[in-house]
Amino acid sequence: MEAFDILLTTSFWVAAIRIASPLIFATMGELICERAGVLNLGIEGIMTAGAFAGWITVYAGGDLWLGVAVAALTGVVFGLLHGFLTVPLGLSQHVTGIGITLLATSLTYFTYRVSLPEVTSPPKIEPFQPFAIPGLSDIPLIGPALFNQTPLTYLAYVTVALVAWVLYRTPVGIAVRAVGENPSAVEAQGISVTAMRMGAVAVGSALMAVGGAFLTMSAFNSFFFEMINGRGWICIALVVFGSWRPGKALIGAILFAAFDAYQVRLQQVTGGVIPYQIFLMMPYVLSILALIVVARRATYPKALMVPYQKGER
Amino acid sequence: MNAEGGGEAETVLRLSNITKRFGPLTASDSVSFDLKRGEVIALLGENGAGKTTLMNILFGHYVADEGTVEAFGKTLPPGEPHAALAAGIGMVHQHFTLADQMTVLENIALGTQSLFAPRFDRGRALARIEELSRDFGLEIRADALISDLSVGERQRVEILKALYRDARVLILDEPTAVLTPLETEALFATLRKLVATGLSIIFISHKLNEVMAVSDRVLVLRSGRISGERRTADTDRGELAALMVGETIKEPEVVEHSPGDTVIELVAVSTAGRAGGAPLDAIDLALREGEITGLAGVSGNGQAALASLIAGTTKPESGTIRIRDEIVSDWSARAALAHRIGRIPEDRHATGMIGDMSVTENVISEAYRSPRFSRAGLLDWKSAEQFAETIIRDYDVKCPSPNARVRLLSGGNMQKLILGRAFDGEPQVILANQPTRGLDVGAVAYVHTKLLEARNRGAAVLLISEDLDEVLALADRVIVISKGRLSPPSKRGELSVREIGERMAGHGFADGVTDAA
Repeated sequence: MEAFDILLTTSFWVAAIRIASPLIFATMGELICERAGVLNLGIEGIMTAGAFAGWITVYAGGDLWLGVAVAALTGVVFGLLHGFLTVPLGLSQHVTGIGITLLATSLTYFTYRVSLPEVTSPPKIEPFQPFAIPGLSDIPLIGPALFNQTPLTYLAYVTVALVAWVLYRTPVGIAVRAVGENPSAVEAQGISVTAMRMGAVAVGSALMAVGGAFLTMSAFNSFFFEMINGRGWICIALVVFGSWRPGKALIGAILFAAFDAYQVRLQQVTGGVIPYQIFLMMPYVLSILALIVVARRATYPKALMVPYQKGER
Repeated sequence: MNAEGGGEAETVLRLSNITKRFGPLTASDSVSFDLKRGEVIALLGENGAGKTTLMNILFGHYVADEGTVEAFGKTLPPGEPHAALAAGIGMVHQHFTLADQMTVLENIALGTQSLFAPRFDRGRALARIEELSRDFGLEIRADALISDLSVGERQRVEILKALYRDARVLILDEPTAVLTPLETEALFATLRKLVATGLSIIFISHKLNEVMAVSDRVLVLRSGRISGERRTADTDRGELAALMVGETIKEPEVVEHSPGDTVIELVAVSTAGRAGGAPLDAIDLALREGEITGLAGVSGNGQAALASLIAGTTKPESGTIRIRDEIVSDWSARAALAHRIGRIPEDRHATGMIGDMSVTENVISEAYRSPRFSRAGLLDWKSAEQFAETIIRDYDVKCPSPNARVRLLSGGNMQKLILGRAFDGEPQVILANQPTRGLDVGAVAYVHTKLLEARNRGAAVLLISEDLDEVLALADRVIVISKGRLSPPSKRGELSVREIGERMAGHGFADGVTDAA
């Protein structure tokens, strides 16, 4: 059974974790926004902008970690814009989010064209290199997959733990969750709903941008158009799949990535008999099925997508 | 309840000349009063009299146009809830400010520890909550999710929230509106304990008997002004009612009347479970001509399921519906209308009317398909507008024109439109679900009159209400609903309030499905 043997190859698992990494960042980002009650459909554009910002920083001679910081900062800027429009102004979160995606994507492409007018093929940078964690990476099969990755993947693991810690173990996490459940509860305790929501959207957007930057700085080594390719939308689904819980969302991201890595290898095994588009479709079909099973029972943050206006009668 | 006896107590709160306008409406008109230590003030007034506005200003949710609030001798900065909190003012809102998917502990401790702290100190919070709940007899499971708690328990959480922050002044906004009689007694007992420790309380209500039971002093608000101030010991219900309304409003008189044939009958009907209250569990119910059947119960026990079933918006899962002895197999909202069931829905704004559509559009919304209002698929606006004008005239609806958007109408006027629409064509069954919720005394009396008129002309009326006094005043027989089951009916006056209250708490249902509390 060749199709089954794929699952026992190290390269499959290494690829799965690599594919999952940007999804993990962006899913955590979206999860924070939604837990605070703000749907952020700007995710696709923010990832595009982050991918470019990180890459161009390194291309211009900056350090790789400086690139990550610039990407995060770019995310914060777009996050604050989304937050300003949806929180104090209370505009529709759907419409604003789609607008942010269009704006961020177009601005990115424009900046790319303006800064590199002459290039025909996308220039490459020296990306993050895999770094084997001594001991752990020697575990068969999962060792290399989990512990022989680039530092950004390790940062993704840390991010999940940190998000889970902050949301459930800190006072600010309680306030973030409460503001997504019942903003008036937060206001009644003398905490500013606007500040909590804007803050959450800014931090969440920074994570989305870092997720985008992973692609240019840790996977493809260059920036090209359409490179986010719907990953942002997948992260929106992953948040629902994970019932707004960081741990479950992590599992979702790895599952999706595993399907993606699997279908590529399955194409090679079955070769030519089945049209390759069927395989490309597979992870998406499976995620829709998973959503049908899981998300029907999900309890949304009660105040998700509900703007809060102070003193409204 | 004054812990200080007759001595000169310290002034803890002073409101001076508070004025707040919303557009042309003056919701609060230079209101001033003092609150002493260990005192319970009742703020009495109808809906729209400005009670809640005043408290929202006090608590910093609204900014007053004029006037100041002083707590313990210091002026509070306007519009800052955390300043009010810091000054020791705690508020229990009418609509609880709790996050449902979070625990009791998280809700209480929210915002009490620095937002920059790296770790939430759960142990400290838990110890304090346990201490408070022991001291004041407010039992609660700290790790329960709010969504699993009863309304009474949620209110306890709200009170604990205030005490947790060392509140010295507690404001309770219509605290009994959602409670059973037993829960109300428990609340009053708690309040007495709090006052004994030197807390001061502002008790906002429009229920006279509660105000008389709980307060030391009564301030009556009318149209944003203080229309009277009395020591509770020196006044009576009659005087307060007159101060509150400004005139005497007469409740309609109920004349004994014998019921006729059964109009609609539910036999062993169950409904599917769904969010928002218990489903019905094999109930039998017959509504007869010329009789008001009152359904009492704590909210969430299946009232919503029964109302939407009779309104036709849900189908029974099992059991049968008979109308005039004929089994109706295809039950739907359209079928309910075709069988002349007049519907007064629970929530005027959400399901009763469409706020952004006009009065005319709203009043024909149940009958627009009839030849009266449409021909060949086109609406006959002339006839529709005439109909709207008839309702506006007959039901004394105050609105600028039939083209006005319904959103602009007051609750009472909106309810009159709904009555006009529901009573059109002399319905044989009237479903009145919380028909007077949020209305002022005058409008309440009007709705009651209309329901009695309908009953006297032979309609079968089902009155679902959380206001037990209303059920007892109007209903010819009372049925209690608990956990989706119905008690046997009792005739007017057969059971005391206390006995009905016990049934509402789930006691005394025939086959022993009860709480062994």
